[in-house]
Amino acid sequence: MKTVIAEELVKTYDKGKVRALDNLSLDVEEGTVLGVLGPNGAGKTTTVRILSTLLRPDSGRAMVAGIDVIKHPDKVREVIGLSGQYAAVDEILTGYDNLLMFGQLYHLGKKNAVTRANELLERFNLTEAAKRPIKTYSGGMRRRLDLAASLIVKPKVLFLDEPTTGLDPRGRQEMWGVIQELVKGGVTLLLTTQYLEEADQLADEIAVIDTGKVIARGTSDVLKKQVGGERLEVVVESAHIAKTMQIVAAVSGLTPTLDEGLRMISAPVSTGSKALFEVLKNLDDAGIHALDVGLKRPSLDDVFLSLTGHSAEKKEDVA
Amino acid sequence: MSAIGDITIITQRQLRLLTRVPEVLIFSTIQPVMFVLLFRYVFGGSIDTGQPGGYVQLLMPGIFVQTVAFTLAGTASGLAEDMKKGLIDRFRSLPISQSALVVGRTLGDSLLNIVVLAVMGIAGYVVGWRPSGGLLNVALGFLFLLLFGYALSWVGVLVGLSASDARVVQNVSFIVTFPLTFLSNAFAPTTGMPRALQYFAEWNPVSTMVAACRELFGLENQFGATAGSFPSENPLITSILYMVIIMVIFVPLSLRRYKRSAD
Repeated sequence: MKTVIAEELVKTYDKGKVRALDNLSLDVEEGTVLGVLGPNGAGKTTTVRILSTLLRPDSGRAMVAGIDVIKHPDKVREVIGLSGQYAAVDEILTGYDNLLMFGQLYHLGKKNAVTRANELLERFNLTEAAKRPIKTYSGGMRRRLDLAASLIVKPKVLFLDEPTTGLDPRGRQEMWGVIQELVKGGVTLLLTTQYLEEADQLADEIAVIDTGKVIARGTSDVLKKQVGGERLEVVVESAHIAKTMQIVAAVSGLTPTLDEGLRMISAPVSTGSKALFEVLKNLDDAGIHALDVGLKRPSLDDVFLSLTGHSAEKKEDVA
Repeated sequence: MSAIGDITIITQRQLRLLTRVPEVLIFSTIQPVMFVLLFRYVFGGSIDTGQPGGYVQLLMPGIFVQTVAFTLAGTASGLAEDMKKGLIDRFRSLPISQSALVVGRTLGDSLLNIVVLAVMGIAGYVVGWRPSGGLLNVALGFLFLLLFGYALSWVGVLVGLSASDARVVQNVSFIVTFPLTFLSNAFAPTTGMPRALQYFAEWNPVSTMVAACRELFGLENQFGATAGSFPSENPLITSILYMVIIMVIFVPLSLRRYKRSAD
């Protein structure tokens, strides 16, 4: 079952001059994670804001947990959790006060709200900081508290808009751990990100968006294949570079590229480990010792550059 | 009923902010108290009111009204701040009454006004202010002041939600509120103003409020009623009318703005 459905969403600003969403369609299967990947201004936040009832689209349809977002926003609000780009918690209040307030606003009643606040603080490792104002928190702690606030009523669908933007690597790792835990609990998650690695880590499926539409979607493996096959990389001593270039060229069938600083020769290969084995054997026959050798699959960065590069030239959507 | 519960929680939040950041409360009382002292001792000596008790009797209602008028700025900048931090988005994504956040905010700001007015009243008493209208009328005067602040708070909601930056909001609110409070009978008689300005000053809601409070506090409104206009002769009724008009216009506009604050 599709828990989140967006169909041909259009949203324009400035009287139609800026087309933030241009017939964007996507869906999320129940209990899975969709990563919406795109650069700044691609329409990620606008999509999340429409799906979470904050914004009305100019046209198109959106359903969350079987409820029409445009017709029954109040019903949708009962089943979703939203954590935005900025940690939307009251800076002056303490972590505990914030969660208590949001719990009460969810009509849990004072007693249940207290219990839930303590549970969440414990779960997100914030118990020690519970009685401190948020303004004393680190970026990662704020985000965790913000996420906790969106989980007060155990939402069916969770929207996370760039949950790790602005966090240091450690904060990001912690946040990923927290999100992975959540996903195990079976929530349906739509997550936007600028970080390709993040989508790769967290999402079952990825939708790449650019200029308000989905330009590609699939699992991270499918997207990587779409960009092309693997690359073979060999690092050798300077003296052996010329000969190695010849060997790699023979196996690949294409002219290898050379990174002189790293002394790394690389070329696309279509036969994967077979090509790797062949190159190693030929190097060995030629008496060359490879310092490092490997097969590299394209990163999502490569995917993104390749996709958006195309979309600039082509009118038709890839998706 | 749940709407009332939501509003209460939002109002509580605002009161809790006051206990967490006592500076807000301190500065929102220091400023009006400073005005009381400055006006009382700088102008008080040279303005002859011909009234027992002197200038401070006429001054206090003026400063009370000026102070509650600044609720507009307080509400506006508070909301603008919440909006900037993404808090408004969070509230709007909750299954709560959509008006709870703004209603709670306006009520919270009014509660702050109670404290501020009390402190000012005490400061005024210390420097010689003696309202003589009787307990009931004086209480009514303060109720009037609170209602006026509450009505203006709704104008603040619209300003706060429409502006992009909290500092802009502060400036805009000051630019609007300052002339309104000075182009009035609050601090000096309107008789000294050019005729056109005099009419403006007498129709100014700040003047009618000040005049109404002076009446309730047992004074003749000697700083007004010079142009013989309706508001200066019927300040109480005109003030009530103004408050109703402000609420009728700005409550729906502000709520609409809030519901669409993202579009």
